[in-house]
Amino acid sequence: MAPKVKLPKPGELSQIDFKTPATDWMDTPVEFKPGTYCWGAKEKDLLTLGLPNPRQWSPADEDWKIPEGWESTILDGIAERLSKYRSFKIFMDICVRCGACADKCHFYIATGDPKNMPVLRAELLRSVYKKYFTKSGKFLGRLAGARELNMDVLKEWWSYFFQCTECRRCSVFCPYGIDQAEVTIIGRELLNLVGLNIDWIAGPAAACYMKGNHLGLEPHAITGNIESMVDDIEDITGIRVNPTFNRKGAEIMFVTPSGDLLGEPGVYTCMGYLMLFHELGLDYTWSTYASEGGNFGFFTSNETAKRLNYKIYAEAKRLGVKYIIGGECGHMWRVLNQYMDTWHGPADFLEVPVSPITGTVFENAKSTKMIHISEFTADLIKHKKLNLDPTRNDHLKVTFHDSCNPSRGMGMLEEPREIIKAVCNNFYEMPENTIREKTFCCGSGSGLNASENMEQRMRGGFPRANAVKYVKEKHGVNMLANVCAVDRAALPALMDYWNPGVGVTGVTELVANALVMKGEKERTTNLRFEDLPGKGGNE
Amino acid sequence: MDIKFNEFLKEKKSDISKRWLEVILASYPNDKSGFLMNQQDRFANPIGYTFSTGIDGILEVLVKGEDFSESISFLEDIIKVRAIQDFSPSKAMAFIFQLKTIVREALGKDIGQSQIDLALLEFESKIDDLALTAFDIYVKCREQIYELRTDELKRMTFTLLKKANLMSEIPVQEFEHKDQK
Repeated sequence: MAPKVKLPKPGELSQIDFKTPATDWMDTPVEFKPGTYCWGAKEKDLLTLGLPNPRQWSPADEDWKIPEGWESTILDGIAERLSKYRSFKIFMDICVRCGACADKCHFYIATGDPKNMPVLRAELLRSVYKKYFTKSGKFLGRLAGARELNMDVLKEWWSYFFQCTECRRCSVFCPYGIDQAEVTIIGRELLNLVGLNIDWIAGPAAACYMKGNHLGLEPHAITGNIESMVDDIEDITGIRVNPTFNRKGAEIMFVTPSGDLLGEPGVYTCMGYLMLFHELGLDYTWSTYASEGGNFGFFTSNETAKRLNYKIYAEAKRLGVKYIIGGECGHMWRVLNQYMDTWHGPADFLEVPVSPITGTVFENAKSTKMIHISEFTADLIKHKKLNLDPTRNDHLKVTFHDSCNPSRGMGMLEEPREIIKAVCNNFYEMPENTIREKTFCCGSGSGLNASENMEQRMRGGFPRANAVKYVKEKHGVNMLANVCAVDRAALPALMDYWNPGVGVTGVTELVANALVMKGEKERTTNLRFEDLPGKGGNE
Repeated sequence: MDIKFNEFLKEKKSDISKRWLEVILASYPNDKSGFLMNQQDRFANPIGYTFSTGIDGILEVLVKGEDFSESISFLEDIIKVRAIQDFSPSKAMAFIFQLKTIVREALGKDIGQSQIDLALLEFESKIDDLALTAFDIYVKCREQIYELRTDELKRMTFTLLKKANLMSEIPVQEFEHKDQK
């Protein structure tokens, strides 16, 4: 006889529990469902980086192989950071739970999960701080919002601190200016003390430590990739650009995220840099050593970030350049703008950046001596130094996604817009509460652009995609421009899911397509080898 | 569709749509603050907006008795959201079937008194059709999640494959076309 299978009764499947969870948030442990978390950091990568507790483990396992006595490691870690970072102490003490941040996080907006409210995400750590570091918490316990540190709490931290993209949208709305990204940064540092990182962060960080960039490209791979871009540029424009590598005595060193060297659509942005610099006759060089602008160490710990960042000034010094231009990247600019100078400055061997074409002095980079390519290009456009034909981008209806770090982390809001308006005839802004300093994150920042957590990424990016959908429906937008390598890697998937038909491009790619170079042949295709509007081909 | 039934439905439409939204949002029991229901800004609360406009769109078509291929885009918008939110397939799709109960409750005694039970059955069959369409969309969304992963991998390795001459992008057609010029 066939075994009896218990079928659900009619209506049972659709029974929805209307009640709130029976347990308090403090007693509701995290469930790890595939698709919603990243793989754990690999043993070899932690060994390479010299980080604690290297071992093979999986977040789906019950046993995370954490060494005995981990509680005191974490608590000592908190104590050390409280004494070292005044901001951390203030952020732990000052929050009045006003809730202004609560509904500003893209992960909360897209899930309704209260632990994704920035206030509660911080509370995950704050409750432990209270228990062990405040009198009220020690004596009153739960009444004062304090709780014991145990394995469930640790797992919860891991889950939610790796569900925050450190985008800082919430901090824009906090009346006290609490920077939730810093709480997440400290949270991740603490987790790293017992070997709890994710593979997508530890892997690139280890590659960067050994090879100079996140992708682990060795010098010949870097030059080889760029050479093949040079070939493509020649096919398209008839002009052979001549980039140099590790050239001592160049005026400018150019550093970009390695994502631009490999993979679509980043490579087209990279071709754009090559064409722009060639057209200007810029005296610049690439470095195969400082071959990474991004910094996944920043998503691990302050120390790791500092170690990975060291090579930028060191290489600038070795090559004897005057200043540095950086490519289109997001978190790279928070690191360069707000941390590099403190870690490795003052860079007094460099000069304040001055555009050799326009003579503009970039006073804003007086201290770091490093400017963003968009600042540089916007200045060229303002002084009408580029011969541009925006009609080549006429088949595009462009909107601009402010990447979190360049907008909120360095205040670069106007420059990319000025550039896009000069190189495209069709530019449409997304709604006011989704751009500029209030921009919605791509949902994959701070090392969360792995593929195993695709569902989580689609959720985190939903508020952004929803705003793109609006301009797509209203104006027929078909291209999402940005100035960030993670965006270029992550947004194509987001658009394919939520807004099929919307492409993703770096701003410099748009510039290069519109750029009329001296002595170029008539272009029939853009940098992607797609036919230009009205220029023949397969139309 | 039965005229009488249709009139009842029109009359109760706003009640039904309100109740339907409540029932869908009840599947987010963690949202104790009522954010998904109460935040009206479509950009600050895309879930709430997608659901409320989506169900209005679907109901509109159902009430008019039109072919619901008109409402597929609304259905798609809702299911895209449900498909990535940790729900089991049955929970993700339950909202379609819940509409039956909601309509029955909304029409209440009118069903018997006005002898519209046949029309109701017909209407419920339409909901079943809607459910089948929804099922197709749901599966497509889930498949796409896995496709996105492979597509992403392809984009990442494109340059390498091209360099190793393992991939060629230009289709033969295009060569022919250019030769003719």
